[in-house]
Amino acid sequence: MAIEQDVLVIGGGLAGVTAAVSAARTGADVRLVSYKQPTLRHASGLIDVLGYTPDGEGPLVDPVAALDDLPEGHPYERVGEDAVRAGLALFDDLAGDTYEGNHTERNALVPTQGGRVKPTARYPASTAAGLASDERDALLVGFERLVGFDAPLSAAQLNAAGAPFEARGATVEFPVELSADPKVTRFAHLLDRDEAGEESQDGSVRRALAERVTTHLDGEARVGFPAVLGDDHPEDVRAALETHLGVDVFEVPMGPPSLPGFRLEDRLYDALDAAGVRIETGNPVVGYETDGRDDDLIEAVTVDRNGATVPYAAEQFVLATGGLVGKGIDSDREGVAEPIFDCHVTHPPDRYDWFEDDAFGDHRFARFGVAPDRELRPRDARGTVEFDNLRAAGAVLGNYDFAAEKSGSGVSLATGHEAGRLAGDDT
Amino acid sequence: MSDADSPHDPGVPDDEIPDDEFEPVDVFPESELDLRSGADDCYKCSTCDTNCPVAEVDDEFPGPKFQGPEQWRLKRKDDADIDPSIMDCSNCMRCDDACPSDVPLSQMHNEARAEYVDGQMSKLSVEYWRNRVLANYRKGAWLGSKFPRLTNALANNGPLRKLGEKLFGLTAEREFPAFATQTFREWWAERGGAATSKERAREARAKRGGAQVQSEDKRVAYFHGCYANYNTPEVAKAMVRTFEHFGYEIVVPEQGCSGTPMFANGMLDDARRDAETNISSFADLIDQGYDVICSCTSCSMALRQEYPELFTFEGTDDVAAHTYEALEYLRIHEDLRGALDEAEGEDEELAYHAPCHARNQGLDRQAVELFRDLDGVAVEDVGDSCSGISGTYGWKAEKYEKSMAIGEEMFEEMGEADGQTGMTECPTCAMQMEHGTGYEIRHPLELLEDALVAE
Repeated sequence: MAIEQDVLVIGGGLAGVTAAVSAARTGADVRLVSYKQPTLRHASGLIDVLGYTPDGEGPLVDPVAALDDLPEGHPYERVGEDAVRAGLALFDDLAGDTYEGNHTERNALVPTQGGRVKPTARYPASTAAGLASDERDALLVGFERLVGFDAPLSAAQLNAAGAPFEARGATVEFPVELSADPKVTRFAHLLDRDEAGEESQDGSVRRALAERVTTHLDGEARVGFPAVLGDDHPEDVRAALETHLGVDVFEVPMGPPSLPGFRLEDRLYDALDAAGVRIETGNPVVGYETDGRDDDLIEAVTVDRNGATVPYAAEQFVLATGGLVGKGIDSDREGVAEPIFDCHVTHPPDRYDWFEDDAFGDHRFARFGVAPDRELRPRDARGTVEFDNLRAAGAVLGNYDFAAEKSGSGVSLATGHEAGRLAGDDT
Repeated sequence: MSDADSPHDPGVPDDEIPDDEFEPVDVFPESELDLRSGADDCYKCSTCDTNCPVAEVDDEFPGPKFQGPEQWRLKRKDDADIDPSIMDCSNCMRCDDACPSDVPLSQMHNEARAEYVDGQMSKLSVEYWRNRVLANYRKGAWLGSKFPRLTNALANNGPLRKLGEKLFGLTAEREFPAFATQTFREWWAERGGAATSKERAREARAKRGGAQVQSEDKRVAYFHGCYANYNTPEVAKAMVRTFEHFGYEIVVPEQGCSGTPMFANGMLDDARRDAETNISSFADLIDQGYDVICSCTSCSMALRQEYPELFTFEGTDDVAAHTYEALEYLRIHEDLRGALDEAEGEDEELAYHAPCHARNQGLDRQAVELFRDLDGVAVEDVGDSCSGISGTYGWKAEKYEKSMAIGEEMFEEMGEADGQTGMTECPTCAMQMEHGTGYEIRHPLELLEDALVAE
């Protein structure tokens, strides 16, 4: 026997979660399986849709208006503008008031840890006071021992990039005694609990931190901190700092592991639970079975549990395993492959043609992935659908460079929503 | 293990490797596991550190990234010792599941800990012998179970416990788990052993399936582990009755400790000895068509993951590939969902804690998911925190406070849950849950037995 459900989603990132929720909303019985902990905690928490065109033009003011000009095969071209809007609407519904940006179709410009500005469609409420389009001067504050954020450097970068305000940076010692190499969650949890105990004379960590920052304030109307302001109670932490400082406070998104990513992950997984989706994490999907009569129909996928192979049967499957980094697309010296279903991945035969010499050049590998039809079913080299009941979503799709375009989250939402909806409707 | 090229670990003595398979790949001349590919796969994202329950409460603990890949590199140098902080790792193994790059963190920790205990811990120290005794719980339990009432009385004598803390470093804060007056194995033998099980399984199959009473494929070998044998035979009996109810013939072969407490205390030689017994005993049965069932998630974790990572006895991989946790096995092979859907539970509300070792096998949501379909029973997940006891860890006087600090989140969540009874698969998590809340703690198998097996 196999473990049975209507729809099986493989992958626990943004695309997988979106697909699972949207399939569940059609009334289907859905299970989501992912190998490792969700990768959302590695992401900045910013929800970009399209920041630059594939030719590098941008930052774009209106991402949706630019969709029409995308080349054939781009995931957005496959699913169309309505799917992009539907994906964003689903996200807005799930994120509720923890995110902002849905009041306009225009991109917001959010400063990130290195002093760069990212065009993005939705952003955590905690970053809202930091937008680069805001003309109020900003003080950026970094913490000693928190290596991911150098506030003076970040401020200098923002000024050099021509931000319409004056940014200054300062580094303060966190008001609780810390080890040499504290984790980002250490800062967040100390601020969450707000009681330093024996480690500090100051009682309230939030107030003590504000006191240290006040001495650096020089008329700025807002203060930016690295995005470690709380894990479970970020609103309380930010509100307390704003009260003590008397100015607006915002977070600057950081690299992994990322607190805005943790918070989004918690929110989305609660939504999965509420939608009745069954969730399993910890074992990889390694292969599939057909029923022997019809090779175009997947009957079950096989999950590897330390050498034991367990079949998971479903009517419809969604592949949301990520790209080269997430290992949904695999490569070695011989070639590039999609490892579970062996879906076709177009790539030049000579691996020296996979990349450019210029580190920031237009690399082919960045666009490696499966090539689906307009219902997101992966196709083989001749353009024929590989399996009638398999759809793909998110970074496992090819023909787009999410890092250069700033389109990773938007593609995951649009294709995840579409793949999940179609899969659910077909059960 | 992710992508180790060598089919055999060079650290394993030759006599454990079948001749026809032996292909020496001597990357490192000394007797060490070659974990370089694991160290190289780490790209320092630090996600493991944010998952580590010990690092969460102890800012000085350097965390899994240091204990694993960084320590592994440092100790390549001749003059570098293992950092003693390796003994603060509780072996919860959560870092394995956290790593996006498949670094075999817990394997690295097990190896470093064994090297530390072997080369740097005094064999004359109280700590060494305290740990050795804790790691070899089964031996003490064997003795204690001969005189269960006397042992129970002595073990929980207040002054004696204080003395134990002072002289031996065992916390006096905890009450020792009681020994059953009859061990599971004694019960099993008295009941007629495998022959009786065969009879009962046949009757169940006849009742369920009509004509089909012969079965070659409904046979399982039970790895009960130490705790279900000596302390909670009711869990083992629930396993037996539930599996027989579904028509399975059960055997209970000779077995030692799974090795979990030994790995956690760096006593790899002790673990190797018991693993050899277990692998030989169960591999023979697998050849005859049996699968291996565990009711303790740390036992199944050891057989599935730690054995192939640390040993290469003939049959190791076979045992790993044929070992299942009890509920997991029924979910895969029976229509458990359908059976529970039709059953009536006794009105019960339970606060469920998923053990870390269950989490690492992908089983952390299984109990909640299953009992959702059972009328009358409400199971609430108390969240993804660690219970903090980690087997023998929380029994050590110097680790007790840390263990309770880790458990605090779980105690709070249990307090907030509707149910006043706890549930978990892991015997030591159960101890910690009981210790922190005073709740009675049940095993999912006991609930299954109540719901499905008629008196």
